[in-house]
Amino acid sequence: MAMTYSDWLREDRLPHIYCAGCGNGTVINCTLNAVDRMGWSKEETVFVSGIGCSSRAPGYIVTDSLHTTHGRALAFATGIKMANPDLHVVVFTGDGDLAAIGGNHFIHACRRNIDLTVICMNNQIYGMTGGQGSPTTPRGALSTTTPYGSQEPAFDLCELASAAGANFVSRWTSYHVKELARAIHTGLQIPGFSFIEALVQCPTNYGRRNKFRQVMDQIDYFKTHGILLQKIERLREEGKPIPDDAIVLGDFVHRNRTAMGVKK
Amino acid sequence: MQGNTACAEGALAAGCRFFGGYPITPSTEIAEHMALKLPKLGGVFIQMEDEIAGIAAVIGASWTGMRAMTATSGPGFSLMMENIGFAAMTETPCVLVNIQRGGPSTGQPTMSAQADMFQCRFGSHGDYSIIALSPASVQEMYELTVKAFNLADRFRVPAFLMADEIIGHMRERIEIPDNVPRDERKLLLKGVLPFHADEDLVPGFPQFGKGYGVHVTGLTHDERGYPCATSPSLHENLVKRLVAKVESARHEIADYRVTNPDAEVVFITYGSPARTVEQLVHDHPEAGIGHLRFRLVWPFPEKALEEFPHARVFIVPEQNMGQMAREIERHTCIPVVPLPRFGGALHTPGELKKAMEGWR
Repeated sequence: MAMTYSDWLREDRLPHIYCAGCGNGTVINCTLNAVDRMGWSKEETVFVSGIGCSSRAPGYIVTDSLHTTHGRALAFATGIKMANPDLHVVVFTGDGDLAAIGGNHFIHACRRNIDLTVICMNNQIYGMTGGQGSPTTPRGALSTTTPYGSQEPAFDLCELASAAGANFVSRWTSYHVKELARAIHTGLQIPGFSFIEALVQCPTNYGRRNKFRQVMDQIDYFKTHGILLQKIERLREEGKPIPDDAIVLGDFVHRNRTAMGVKK
Repeated sequence: MQGNTACAEGALAAGCRFFGGYPITPSTEIAEHMALKLPKLGGVFIQMEDEIAGIAAVIGASWTGMRAMTATSGPGFSLMMENIGFAAMTETPCVLVNIQRGGPSTGQPTMSAQADMFQCRFGSHGDYSIIALSPASVQEMYELTVKAFNLADRFRVPAFLMADEIIGHMRERIEIPDNVPRDERKLLLKGVLPFHADEDLVPGFPQFGKGYGVHVTGLTHDERGYPCATSPSLHENLVKRLVAKVESARHEIADYRVTNPDAEVVFITYGSPARTVEQLVHDHPEAGIGHLRFRLVWPFPEKALEEFPHARVFIVPEQNMGQMAREIERHTCIPVVPLPRFGGALHTPGELKKAMEGWR
């Protein structure tokens, strides 16, 4: 029987807090779709999150869920998964939560290769607090704390996760819904640490300051600037230029290193 | 046995099967002993990347129904503060051991102190309440660790073993009982809202993985566990309950020892300074020196002061600048004399004797 989202969502908590046009709902839908395809029961599935827009997602899902402190979701999730490996633990996080305040927990969770699936809704901004620059804000982008354009280079979260030892690393966007759901499903299947980065539009706090006047403008940008990893590699081999603003998409690693916290 | 080892053995006897932490002097032997023993008992030891992650992992493990603990000292304790508040807000049972060393900052890693007593009670932001025990012997490192787990589970709070370096690193002969008392965590009854509390003010525990479908958040939440951070009355009622569930039980759970209740001059202690006072009492039986020794420090059971109806003065030797002396002061009309001795050295019996002069 086809899944309905009412199976997984707390309807008594609707309407949700997300702004009109927010990309987070797309990622939540892709995740629930993938979880449902796994055939996991609600009793054995736990969602964990930190602080920020992304991290409010578990509060709308009917399973057990832990909405923790800023940046620390992976450390809490590590405790849950190590204490009870029978539970399926999925973490929702954002770019500020994961890459700034939670950066240390991120690399160590990858290194341990704990059997978690981590989904980062990367809106390239601190949305909840009104649009401050984050570690993934592109150089030159405007935010309330980079009013003259960000001077800092942005983190590549997938390169970070790959280098730190995760078993599965993939990047897609809120435009690439099928690919994103497929990647999350792959992540859920793989023992060990799976990291899926989903670039999402934030019309309220990123788009309107950065020349995306309409919601669709930023989604179109994901569509036109997203380039498959294989194509990037081909360009590199052929010695052709790789666009500076390319959003590299696809599976960065898919391997089978020894993992911790795997169900016996 | 060493004090820190006794603490770890007490935790294992209490059924603790998860340790998450980060090495720090002078608490490290606890982690080392847990690393040695837990895997053999089917438990989990995990060395995290910092103390913030250590307490976070402990809280996560606790939600799966496990008894879980961490151990640290000053700098690590400071790092844990935000997540201690999270544990208080989400009513997560867990045990934290602080083998206190000299501060502030890196201070004196190998020297004894008791200067984190207020940080333990008030260190995280917002109003909340916790339970703290303070051992004065290796035997009590064992016993009070067991007790901390029982109190944490009964009240669904972080419970602290606030030891000091002297007790942590001391070696004494101890008696290990065949069995230790165990108060089980009260589980949530089906059909009851997850954060609804009856007269005891403690909600039933909705363990993860049991089908409760509970949402646990550090945001102000209603009885369903749903965030609702803008209602003044909801927030006030929640915080009042979090404080009252502990504070209203403070006389019932009070744990202290009284020596010479007819005394006029009374020493009040907890932790290692108690041992010097015991020596003084022992050396001067004719003087009838009073001694009130707290084994449970927070919530502070002020009625214990009434055990000494003839007291003219309370002298409080502490390894800090007078933290608990300040708490005692607000509960009594007679003089409270703080007797700070910090930097790592203990009070000498001579110093204590001198402090008594003029009050006899």
